[in-house]
Amino acid sequence: MSVTTDHAVADEEAIRSESRAWKKLKANKSALVGFVIVAFFIIIAVAAPLLPIADPAATSWSAIRKAPSAAHWLGTDEIGRDILSRMIWGAQASLMAGVVSVFIAVLIGVPFGLLSGYFGGWIDQGISRATDALLATPFLILAIALAAFLGPSLTNAMLAIGLSAMPIFVRLTRGQVLSVKTEDYVEGARAIGLTDLAIMTRYVLPNVFAPVLVQATLTVATAIIAEASLSFLGLGQQPPDPSWGSMLNVAKNFMTQAPWMAWWPGAAIFLVVLGFNLLGDGLRDALDPREG
Amino acid sequence: MLSYIARRLAIAIPTLILVSIFVFVLQKLLPGDPALVLAGEERDPQVLEFIRQKYHLTEPILYQYFYWVEAMLRGDLGVSLRTNQPVLELIADKLPVTIQLAIMAMIIAFMIGIPTGILSAAKKGTPVDYIANIVALSGLSIPNFWLGIMLIMLVSVNLGWLPASGYESPFIDPVRSFQTMIMPAFVLGTALAATLMRHTRSAMLGVLKADYVRTARAKGLRELVVIIKHAFRNALLPIVTLSALLFGELLAGAVLTEQIFTIPGFGKLIVDAVFTRDYAVVQGVVLCTAAGFILMNLIADILYFLLNPRMRSAL
Amino acid sequence: MRKQLLAALLLGASSVLTPALAADLRIGLQEDPDVLDPDQSRTFVGRIVYASLCDKLVDITPDLQIIPQLATDWSWSDDGLTLTMNLRQDASFHDGTPFNAEAVKANIDRSQNLPESRRKSEVKSIAGVEVTGPYQVKFTLKAPDATLLAQFADRSGMMLSPAATAAEGADFGAKPVCSGPFKFVERVAQDRIVLEKFADYWNKDAIHFDKVTFLPIPDTTVRLANLRSGDLDMLERLAATDVASVKSDSKLQYAEAVSLGYQGITVNLNNGERGDNPFGNDPKIRQAFSLSLDRDAINQVVFEGVFAPGNQPFPPTSPWYDKDYPVPARDVEKAKALLKEAGYDSLDVEVQVANNPVQTQLMQVVQAMAAEAGFNVKLKSMEFASLLADQSAGNYQGSQVGWSGRVDPDGNIHQFMTCKGGINDSKYCNPEVDKLLDEARQSTDNAVRKAKYDAARDILIKDLPIIYLYHQTWIWALSDKMEGFIAYPDGMIRLENVKFK
Repeated sequence: MSVTTDHAVADEEAIRSESRAWKKLKANKSALVGFVIVAFFIIIAVAAPLLPIADPAATSWSAIRKAPSAAHWLGTDEIGRDILSRMIWGAQASLMAGVVSVFIAVLIGVPFGLLSGYFGGWIDQGISRATDALLATPFLILAIALAAFLGPSLTNAMLAIGLSAMPIFVRLTRGQVLSVKTEDYVEGARAIGLTDLAIMTRYVLPNVFAPVLVQATLTVATAIIAEASLSFLGLGQQPPDPSWGSMLNVAKNFMTQAPWMAWWPGAAIFLVVLGFNLLGDGLRDALDPREG
Repeated sequence: MLSYIARRLAIAIPTLILVSIFVFVLQKLLPGDPALVLAGEERDPQVLEFIRQKYHLTEPILYQYFYWVEAMLRGDLGVSLRTNQPVLELIADKLPVTIQLAIMAMIIAFMIGIPTGILSAAKKGTPVDYIANIVALSGLSIPNFWLGIMLIMLVSVNLGWLPASGYESPFIDPVRSFQTMIMPAFVLGTALAATLMRHTRSAMLGVLKADYVRTARAKGLRELVVIIKHAFRNALLPIVTLSALLFGELLAGAVLTEQIFTIPGFGKLIVDAVFTRDYAVVQGVVLCTAAGFILMNLIADILYFLLNPRMRSAL
Repeated sequence: MRKQLLAALLLGASSVLTPALAADLRIGLQEDPDVLDPDQSRTFVGRIVYASLCDKLVDITPDLQIIPQLATDWSWSDDGLTLTMNLRQDASFHDGTPFNAEAVKANIDRSQNLPESRRKSEVKSIAGVEVTGPYQVKFTLKAPDATLLAQFADRSGMMLSPAATAAEGADFGAKPVCSGPFKFVERVAQDRIVLEKFADYWNKDAIHFDKVTFLPIPDTTVRLANLRSGDLDMLERLAATDVASVKSDSKLQYAEAVSLGYQGITVNLNNGERGDNPFGNDPKIRQAFSLSLDRDAINQVVFEGVFAPGNQPFPPTSPWYDKDYPVPARDVEKAKALLKEAGYDSLDVEVQVANNPVQTQLMQVVQAMAAEAGFNVKLKSMEFASLLADQSAGNYQGSQVGWSGRVDPDGNIHQFMTCKGGINDSKYCNPEVDKLLDEARQSTDNAVRKAKYDAARDILIKDLPIIYLYHQTWIWALSDKMEGFIAYPDGMIRLENVKFK
């Protein structure tokens, strides 16, 4: 079998399984709901500059902490800015913080977990010890130190969150690989002389997918909330630019005087988290190799 | 098994050394001069000089690390730069608080997360599944401070049922200790419950499709028996690993929850120490939480082997 | 599970509702104090505990007059180089050590010579302390120092038991022994500090509590919730935004006093390379910046009108405030004109600010106001230790910081505005100002001093190395069962004559 045909077959297979997955995903109602929620927020975030809303930084001294009204649908914040507008602009920062940082974590964490679980030995020892050390280091110390290196910005916040979320993906992947490694089909693949890379990508990785996806959709939520604590440390979104996390953070001080300041970013985070998790469920079912 | 545990404990030592180096380097990279923070508002040059000398702040970082290691080997973790209290004493004060909070939070997380996870997997795709999902995820996405302040306002201020905040040792006054801890444990527990629930659901779904569950069903066993006895036992594996990890994280302290409920645990101690550049405290506490974390990992791995018959042979 | 929980709740409810002992006072603090050694400590919140724990040589009245405490009376020599103090003869320390002239000498010696002492700069004018009688001391000074008595009204004047300091050395803070109305019982870091009544206190008839517990509760909302639920009897530093709800609550009382300190924007004039920019080089631009701000609106928006707008290191209520320069009204047109005169239509300015929500809110208001005059303010929100390091190293353009304030006016101005001032982070240097501020230090005649400070203000109001914004107001909330509490501008809680109704 030549190299080219090998590729062609693999591609064809990929396409077939992809379209099958897509069909299954579409048939899954809750996944569709999740998709709609996530898509809605992404569209809003992208379209923010085009929407007919107030300037998110425009202050008004006569409208400090006003409850929702016709003029300000979601009310105003502690220096008289329109919360609706800040929610929409803040969606950009928060979705980015949630998705990009989890992406960083998965992109680094999963390969290391694979290597560690698959090869074992000193590779496993090295990666596991480093992971343990990272997991045992408080998030805050990591975050402030990164701020010192790179200077405060949203990008660096995402990096810090991603790095601190990474070890859990290493552990999760490693654990999964360990339990799959002894399965008959992996042993079989090795017996027929497939390369390690081929075994890992074809047989091991798909089994890792489900728990990683579940963890990833959950981590999106913690990442969005972590952005809040980082903006509080001066490492996240810089004022006056909004993010849901920093809005929540400020709202904390006005829980009794202006409760709506916490409602909206809280509700938005809840919806996005729900959306990502429903979508994650659907993806998990659709991509699960164990299902026929 | 015993030799395995011994081997794992031996491995813990390089990890701890790695953590201590890692934290030490990170701390030294932090901007801000501890002498400036500690000298007080006037920043008297004599005081600045004295502090820098006393804590070896101007010497190369390698020397500083060795001073610390050398003292630690003598059992001296140093004193807090901020309060002059010995770090060991601080840790002894806070550790029981943190452990108590972590255990109570874990219990609450289990009580919420596992039943909802099983229920939602068993009734997948039904309204029960959706509701269980929404309940669990709200626990994750409702900010801790919000839930905390709401609980204080409702339970303490309006109803007067529980003290608003503070801490009491269970050995001095167990009832009051329970009262002061139950709200923060609930706040932490609900957030963890979501993670537990999602993983339980995921694991259960995987197991419920397995042949032996089908067989059990085919044998005409009651659905509840199938789910609990056959499915859940096998789904336990990832849940146990995860729980140990979550518990390990709890040991590092829950900053925001501790702050809201004024619980004197590790979280608050570490954050204050980082902000005031109280190196000795950061170093000592991180070492302690890291040791706890590694211990929990070890327990997770042992359970993993015990629960997974296929792995037992690989030992 | 729910049933069990409910049962536990109900079981607990009864014991929570039992009232605490009648004379057991619980005070909520905003932070956990640092080391409890007056010679070593550096936090404001620590001083609140000292007010109950450690008596001082002298005290202040709410309008900042110096009055006797451990010293009964004192006199200055004509050249201002000698201060003779007569001491109280009925005072003793918590460990039974008698208080006398030898104790004072030992205490000043410790403030000056303990390596860990943070008080050195406060007592550096003292050349020697002479015991001229069992209850009389004579301080000889290197140069006349009008600020010394005010220092004795604070940590430098707190008297620690010489027996305890000799035994404990730098570890005195683990179990402080002073001579105040309450003695130290225990401290659990970040949880509580417990004091009990000192039975042999010289003024014990004025003390009506058997026990005082200080509880650090950093979250302002939770601190207030504790007061409302009865877990606290009083708290310090109520959030300005909670004032309205406390005032309208019939179960609570409210007290306030404008602080001695200030908040402002320190501008880098000559502190390294970063001082070399239009904002640091041209006073006109700083005047324009100052004029672009509506200080009243800032106070209304951020502090509900509870704080005091300001433009000088002393609040407008202070006797040292220069009334020739009242808090300026906002004038955007004039600000624009000044900026234009300096050669700019618009100007980028970077200001660093501590990352707490209130200071960030403040600076966002400043940012929006200054924008209308052409200032494009970029905020750099930083964690305080980093901010302090950058500020002292000159790695900043503008820095939003404040000063907790001192009883003597010198403490609010000399170290910031003199060429060699210890905390002169803008590196402002004007020999004329140096001369005036040095002279103001040396006279014991307040009228002479006021004239010097006013003359310095004539210069500083134009140069603006610090753009003052406002003065914090200390706010206390108390349960309605308390009576006799008096608000002091130094923010301390003095428990003499305070009691439960």
